[in-house]
Amino acid sequence: MNSVNFTYDGTFEGLLTCVFTAYEGKLQVSNIQVEEDVQNQLFSDIYNVITDVDKAKRVAKKLQLKTSPNGFKSMKWALLSEIKGIEMDVFEMIREVISNDAKVDTDYSHPSILKVTQMAKKISREKHRMEAFIRFRLTKDHIYFAVMEPDFNVLPVIIPHFTRRYADQKWIIYDLKRKIGAYYDLKKTEFIQLNLDPEIGISGASQRYFHKEESNFQILWQEYFTSTNIKSRINMRLHQQHVPKRYWKYLSEKSTFG
Amino acid sequence: MNFDRIKEKLSILADAAKYDVSCSSSGSKRTNTNKGLGDSSGMGICHSYTEDGRCVSLLKILLTNHCIFDCAYCVTRKSNDIKRAAFKVEEVVDLTMSFYRRNYIEGLFLSSGIFKSADFTMERLIRVAKKLRLEENFNGYIHLKSIPGASDELMREAGLYADRLSVNIEIPTKSGLKLLAPDKKHEDFMKPMEKVKNEIIQYKQEKKFIKSTPKYAPAGQSTQMIVGASGESDRDIMYSSAFFYKKYNMKRVYYSGYVPISDDPRLPALGSAVPMLRENRLYQTDWLMRFYGFDVRELLNQEHQHLDMEIDPKLSWALRNRDLFPIDINRVEKQILLRIPGIGLKSVNKIIQARKFRKLNWEHLKRIGVALNRAKYFIICDSREKELVEYSSDHLKNIIIKTSVSKFRKEISPQLSLFA
Repeated sequence: MNSVNFTYDGTFEGLLTCVFTAYEGKLQVSNIQVEEDVQNQLFSDIYNVITDVDKAKRVAKKLQLKTSPNGFKSMKWALLSEIKGIEMDVFEMIREVISNDAKVDTDYSHPSILKVTQMAKKISREKHRMEAFIRFRLTKDHIYFAVMEPDFNVLPVIIPHFTRRYADQKWIIYDLKRKIGAYYDLKKTEFIQLNLDPEIGISGASQRYFHKEESNFQILWQEYFTSTNIKSRINMRLHQQHVPKRYWKYLSEKSTFG
Repeated sequence: MNFDRIKEKLSILADAAKYDVSCSSSGSKRTNTNKGLGDSSGMGICHSYTEDGRCVSLLKILLTNHCIFDCAYCVTRKSNDIKRAAFKVEEVVDLTMSFYRRNYIEGLFLSSGIFKSADFTMERLIRVAKKLRLEENFNGYIHLKSIPGASDELMREAGLYADRLSVNIEIPTKSGLKLLAPDKKHEDFMKPMEKVKNEIIQYKQEKKFIKSTPKYAPAGQSTQMIVGASGESDRDIMYSSAFFYKKYNMKRVYYSGYVPISDDPRLPALGSAVPMLRENRLYQTDWLMRFYGFDVRELLNQEHQHLDMEIDPKLSWALRNRDLFPIDINRVEKQILLRIPGIGLKSVNKIIQARKFRKLNWEHLKRIGVALNRAKYFIICDSREKELVEYSSDHLKNIIIKTSVSKFRKEISPQLSLFA
């Protein structure tokens, strides 16, 4: 039996289609990579899997039957890490799940299952951090606008939280690293791409783009942040442990402008 | 909005509110069903942390710091010569909405100095919450302070709009209260607590039959005690605390190390250190009471009126009760596992899961995350080598202190630096 290398589009559905294709053709898979990351494929034996939603759904249905809700979510989320090679761990985990009658998604002695679970935990931490550290700024056209550069691609998993919470205001959250954002227009949330003028920046409130009162609210927030601190209890180590320095530039209370 | 004026008020009234340590924003069940702003159905979120390492989750302010009372421990006391300010109802509503819309906060924590009368003040606090809920469609978290002495009618109304209500008892003993807050009566604190408790019970009853019963303080009530202001013992504090949990179904009791703010001779002098280690030990005791099945009298009693600062209260209890150990972690039930020093709630659950498949040994326990440096002297597991040696409790305590790292090392004893 020959082994094959798959490429796919990077989505969870895409990966599930890979699983379907492998089982259907009884193929042994030696590697799965995102299409865009593969170069010089001229001489290698690479099979590009086209995402098929129906096939993906069939695999997903089977997996949901054979895993706990958390186990299924872990597989989905682990892919968002964009870490090279994570696909093969998810793939191995899926094979392990399918080939056992019992639910094995909590058997952490299996190396791939452990890795996928740990990766999903990291994603969940990053998700929670973004839900806390996103800072909206009100634009001239009354959209609450925020940028972020998360370590992992958490935009898809934070959308439900923000959609539920900010149901009565238009908002955009933009991932500068991946150049994709989410826009809520009071009815639905959609993915968007923007050409951002550098003047918009990651904090502050450039007069050209932002509402004239925006900078005042940032100043009030800074004032609150300073006043609510108890100086005789200072504990900078604990402070930095909770708010790692790499996030400071997004937090208006920590930035030095104004 | 006059921003400069608002900024000044914010600085005064946030500064005055900061000694209230509660910042919890979880435990409510308010979902965003009206296409309004906000949702407080999930877990709480800490949006930032101040430089003292405390979570910033709510906009925590006083409506005003004008106060008719003269409680010695309070910055806002009548006789203190400080700048005074007062927010208008609309200003608080505006600030809350604007901060919430920018994802700065989870909601509002509104307290106040007492001006004119208890009811007059309480009525103002309610007006803010009511406006947020009814006019602004706000579903974020609202924590209101119950003003001591407020009438039952107002306490009933407050719970309709707030997620949590709290009265800070501040001084754990009646005698301390008499000394430091002579104008306040002990009963005035208890009255609103009693009313809120009864309303919550009634709400839960009615809810069973009528689904549309309006929510009443879904995140319950809490209180706070100042530690180290009136010479009270740890036993006094924790016995009061146990009383509040039991009598008023409190969700939380907070302990706040006294930050010196006055040169009043009845109080610790300005510049004395905040008793943070003691505060930590009290929280540990609180957790043992609420989650580990300890009765407060096992931890603190006539012979042991103070907690041991050098070691945690569970270890201290275990060293006093050596006859109950060693415990075989592969056999005993959950309630007993919880009593082993160095084994926390998470480890207990993991042990119970894991021991279904195999007998656990030192290696397993280590990987599970048990603090073996403490636990190993109190347990038996599936390993040949026994760590249990017949040391005396005092000797054992010294060994454990020597082999553990505490973030409070500096504050503990000067002796320690010899060993380090």
